[in-house]
Amino acid sequence: MTERPPLTGDAAAGSDGYATMTTASPSASLAMPADWRDFLALTKPRVMSLAIFTALCGMLVAPVAIHPVLGFTAILAIALGAGACGALNQWLEVDVDGAMRRTASRPLPAGRMEPQAALHFGVGLGVFSVILLGMATNWVAAAVLAVSILFYIVVYTIWLKPRTPQNIVIGGAAGAFPPVIGWAAATGEAALGWPVSLPWLLFALIFLWTPPHFWALSLFVRTDYQRAGIPMLPVVAGETATRRQIFLYTIPMALSAVAPWAFGHTGALYGVTASVLTAIFLLLATQVGFRRSVEGDAMKPEKRLFAFSILYLFILFAAVVADAWILT
Amino acid sequence: MSDDLPPDFDMEEFRRRQRDRSRIMAIAMGALAILFFLITIAKIGLLA
Repeated sequence: MTERPPLTGDAAAGSDGYATMTTASPSASLAMPADWRDFLALTKPRVMSLAIFTALCGMLVAPVAIHPVLGFTAILAIALGAGACGALNQWLEVDVDGAMRRTASRPLPAGRMEPQAALHFGVGLGVFSVILLGMATNWVAAAVLAVSILFYIVVYTIWLKPRTPQNIVIGGAAGAFPPVIGWAAATGEAALGWPVSLPWLLFALIFLWTPPHFWALSLFVRTDYQRAGIPMLPVVAGETATRRQIFLYTIPMALSAVAPWAFGHTGALYGVTASVLTAIFLLLATQVGFRRSVEGDAMKPEKRLFAFSILYLFILFAAVVADAWILT
Repeated sequence: MSDDLPPDFDMEEFRRRQRDRSRIMAIAMGALAILFFLITIAKIGLLA
């Protein structure tokens, strides 16, 4: 991808990604439109892929088959909703992103797009995604999607993230909704009854997976968070406490990973896959949890845990679907 | 109009971005029209 130049000149706030270039003559003005690839980058496509995949799995394991066209539309709407979260998150955190090396080249901190354009894009995408899901499938699924978008923006980004090191513990719920939305899109209900239903067990798995996943990342990008003033656990409580928390949170995560099997929602294929992969996860988390980094440490165990955690979640969700489709 | 432009304004880049955005909007609108048509057909049961 070619490097796109930032908006230059005497740029004043415009709308729809246009930076107004004012000139000596007040009547004459011209605007440089933001590149479409920058709008795409606002949606955080890589983060979106996890939401799409887990929503698809939630939909595929539902006991009611959904029409392929409506199923595709539901997944599209969930993807657009996730994109809206990404855009609004970047609009809210332009200063934070600018202070972090990992995010400084994003469209807003790099000056390639006007903030107002990102706001309009994010709000438009979010509203459209909820209406599209409601009209194509049902309003229960649309309501859960709306709640997840609002939770991510208001509870996580605005309220928790700048205030508490527990930000990703509670905020992780936002990323855990997609399997519930997928399930609701197919069945028309949120499966809130007892015994604990499969979509909510999948919700719990993502919810409990989020802290060890993000804290592993935060250990090797700690200075970035420090510079940006984000109270991530390693910044506030230190490295040792974060390592212990990674290990401690992995234990309930491990239980939630085998819970769908224990509750009888899945068969042996999922049970064996979850047990083996969770044992590896526990091993890597133990390694990270009880070591101490030295000066110039490459943080290999932390990077290994972070990379494995992504693979872990993808395989577990694929196993739930394989179990439901192949063995029953 | 070009007389009023600041010296660092890249008109070629401006045109390219406008063209690209118009193309993307056209594709998105066309795809949505097809999608809405298919949703309607699926909802009334003609694709069952």
